[in-house]
Amino acid sequence: MNIRSQISMVFHLDKCIGCHTCSIACKNIWTDRKGAEYMWWNNVETKPGTGYPGKWEDQEIYKGGWEKDGTGIALKGAGKKKGLANIFHNPHLPVIDDYYEPFTYKYLDLIESPAGDDQPTARPISMITGEPMDIKMGPNWDDDLSGTPDYARKDPNLLKLSPAEQQAMFQLERMAFFYLPRICNHCLNPACVAACPSGAIYKRGEDGVVLINQDVCRAWRMCVTACPYKKSYYNWNSGKSEKCILCYPRIEAGYAPACMHSCVGRIRYLGVMLYDADQIERVASSDDGSLIQNHLDIIQDPFDPAVIASAKANGVADSTIHAAQYSPTYKFVKKWGLALPLHPEFRTLPMLFYVPPLLPVMASLSKVDNTAQSQKMNDIAKYWPDNWLYDTSTEELWGTLEQARFPLEYMANMFSAGKTSWVADRLKKLMAVRIHRRAVTVGDISAEKAAKVLADTGLDARTAEDIYYLTALAKFDDRFVIPAAHREQAIEMLEFTGDVKGSTGFGFKGGTAGRGA
Amino acid sequence: MNALNAFLFVAFPYAAVLVFVIGLAIRYRHRGFTISSLSSQFLEGRRLFWGVVPFHVGLLIILTGHLLAFLVPSSILAWNAEPVRLIILEVSAFAFGLSVLVGLGSLMFRRFTESRVRAVTTRMDIAVEVLLLTQIILGLWVALGYRWGSSWFAADLSPYLWSLFALKPETEAVYALPWVIKLHIFGAFLLIFMVPFSRLAHIFVAPLHYLSRPYQQVMWNWDRGAIRDPNTAWSRARPRNN
Repeated sequence: MNIRSQISMVFHLDKCIGCHTCSIACKNIWTDRKGAEYMWWNNVETKPGTGYPGKWEDQEIYKGGWEKDGTGIALKGAGKKKGLANIFHNPHLPVIDDYYEPFTYKYLDLIESPAGDDQPTARPISMITGEPMDIKMGPNWDDDLSGTPDYARKDPNLLKLSPAEQQAMFQLERMAFFYLPRICNHCLNPACVAACPSGAIYKRGEDGVVLINQDVCRAWRMCVTACPYKKSYYNWNSGKSEKCILCYPRIEAGYAPACMHSCVGRIRYLGVMLYDADQIERVASSDDGSLIQNHLDIIQDPFDPAVIASAKANGVADSTIHAAQYSPTYKFVKKWGLALPLHPEFRTLPMLFYVPPLLPVMASLSKVDNTAQSQKMNDIAKYWPDNWLYDTSTEELWGTLEQARFPLEYMANMFSAGKTSWVADRLKKLMAVRIHRRAVTVGDISAEKAAKVLADTGLDARTAEDIYYLTALAKFDDRFVIPAAHREQAIEMLEFTGDVKGSTGFGFKGGTAGRGA
Repeated sequence: MNALNAFLFVAFPYAAVLVFVIGLAIRYRHRGFTISSLSSQFLEGRRLFWGVVPFHVGLLIILTGHLLAFLVPSSILAWNAEPVRLIILEVSAFAFGLSVLVGLGSLMFRRFTESRVRAVTTRMDIAVEVLLLTQIILGLWVALGYRWGSSWFAADLSPYLWSLFALKPETEAVYALPWVIKLHIFGAFLLIFMVPFSRLAHIFVAPLHYLSRPYQQVMWNWDRGAIRDPNTAWSRARPRNN
C-alpha cells in the first residue's frame, strides 16, 4: 500500500445551468494571452453535441488515451515508438481549425471611420494573422443546439445507439440536452505525462495536480494527441503546451479554483481523496468489465487506520488526511456512489467525477375529464380545452427511468463505458432522494413508500438527507474542503497572481514576447 | 588573403564553437523557456508533412555522414576502396541531400505563403532557413563538382578538423581548396555559431532520454520521507521542477 493524496472534483450535472461563468473566470486568470486565446482550460459543452474540439470523444479520429495491449495497456496514438517516429510530423495532432480560429473585432473602426452614408461596422479579424476573417467556429458554437444535424447528431456517444433510438432522441417533443463542464481530470494514469518525450509533464506527488513544466516543454506536441479529453493545448505563439493547473496557487493558499469558486449553479465540489498508487497500473489495465469498479476501488477509505498510517509514512500532512475524511468528493463518489468518471474507457483514471443528470420524465400524460378544473379558471387564464392531465404524482416509481429523455445507453457511453447498470443505479439513487424529499416537503407520497424507495437503492433517510444537504444547501466550506499547503511547503504563496497576469505562468514575464532566443 | 583565410578557418571556428558551447549552456540553464522546436503544425498540418519529414530525415543522415567522416575517416576510406561501394555511398548521400533541399524548399514556400505560419515567423527563422538553403545548395554543388567528396573529406578535411581540436591548426589543405568548398566549411561554422541564438537549439534537446524513462512521472516538491523530520526539513534542496 502506497497512499497518496489527490485533489479530486465532482460536478453535479443536474445543477449545471450552462452559464459559462466558470470558463470566463478561468480565461480571465490564465489564458488571456497571445497564443492562448483559443484555449479554454475550462469549457462547457452542450450534450448531445460535438464539443470542443469537435468530436473530441472520438478516439478513432484523435487517437487519445490508452488501449488494452495484451495484459497491459499502451498509448493509442503516442508513446515511445510512435511518439519518436512521428516527432517531425504528428499525424494525429488536431489543428487550430478543430478548435476555432481566435478572433476579435476592429472596434476602433466604429470610432475612427470618416463620416459617410453608412454606419461603420467592426469587422472580425483573426487574432493569429490580424487579417479580416469569416468566423466559422467559436468556443461554444454548439451551445444549446440539441437536435441540430451539424452538432447534436454527430455526437460520438451516439455511434453505438440504434438509428431508431437516435431518432427518438431528436423528436421535437422529446428534445432535451444537458451541459457538460470540463476541465483537466488530473488523472491518476495521465496519458499526457506518459506521452511527453521531453518529460516536461508530471504529476505532483503532494496533491496529484498534473502540470507542464514550461521550461522543459519543447513543442513535440504528443500530449495534445495523448490526452483523450483534449485538455492539453498547444500555444502556437510560445511553442509550449499548456493545460489546466487546477489553480494550484489558489489551492495551496486554501482557496477554491477560480472556475469552482465562481460557479453560479454551485455544481462543483472539490476535496481530497486518498488512493493507493501501487494499484494504478493494475487498475488501468483492468478488463472492460471490472474497470469502473476497480477505478472506484483504488480510492481508499480515509478512516481506515492502515490507510492513514501509509499516508503518514508518505508524508501526507495530518491536515490533508483530515480534509480527506470530510471530503465532499469522497462522499459523492465512494460513500454514496452517486458520481462516475467521464469516459473511464480511456483508462487514464480521471479524478474528476460527474453526477449524471437525471433529466427525468417525472410526469406522465393521461386522459382525464378536465371540465371541473377548467371551470375554476378565470377569464384571463390560458386555457386548453383538451382533456390531458400533466400528472406529476409518482405512482410508477421506477417506470420512468427507462422513459428518461435520453436512452440510458447514451449516458452510459459517456460515464460508464457503455454499461447502463452503473448509470441506472446512480439515477435511481438521485430519484430516490427526490422522492424522499417530496414525501418530506410536499407530503403527497407516503413515508412508507419513500422509505421503500430508499431501501430499494440501498439508502436510508439519514443518508438521503445528507445527500440532499450537500446537493442543494451546501455552503462554500461544505463544497470545497481544501487542505491549504503548509506555509513551509508553499510554492507560489508569496506571489500575487495579479502581478503576473498576461504572462506565461509565473516568473518569466517576457516569455511570450520573443519567440526563440 | 591569408589573413582572411586565417580568420575564416582558424579564428572563426574557435569563436563559433566557444560561443556555441557557452551560449547553449547559458540558454539551457537560465532561459530554458526559450528552447523549443516552435512547431507550426498546429497552425497548418498538411503541407508541413511534405517539407518537414524529407528535410529532417535527410538532414539527420547527411549530418551523421559528415560526423562519421570526421570521427572515423579511415573506415570511410576503407569503405570507399571498392568503387561500387563508393558510388553507392555518394549516390545515396546525394539523394538525401536532395531530399533536404526539396524539404527545405517546400518548408520555406509554406512559410511565405501560409499567412498563419507567417504570423509566427521571426527574422531569425528566415535567417536560419536562408543559411541552411545556401549550405545545402553549396553542399550539393560540391558533391557534383568536386567528387568524390566522401574520400577527400576523410583524407583532407578530417585532419584539418582534428588539428583544430588539438589546438594546432594545420590549414594548408583548406587554404588550397576551391572557394565553393571553403564557403561550405564557413557556412557550417556559421550555423554552429547561430545555434544558441536561434531555434536550431532544439536539435540539442532531442528527447532521446524518453526511451529510458518510465512512462509516468511524479514529482514531489519536498522529500516526502524527510518532511516530517524536523532536522532535515529546511536543509533539503528543492527538485528541479521549481
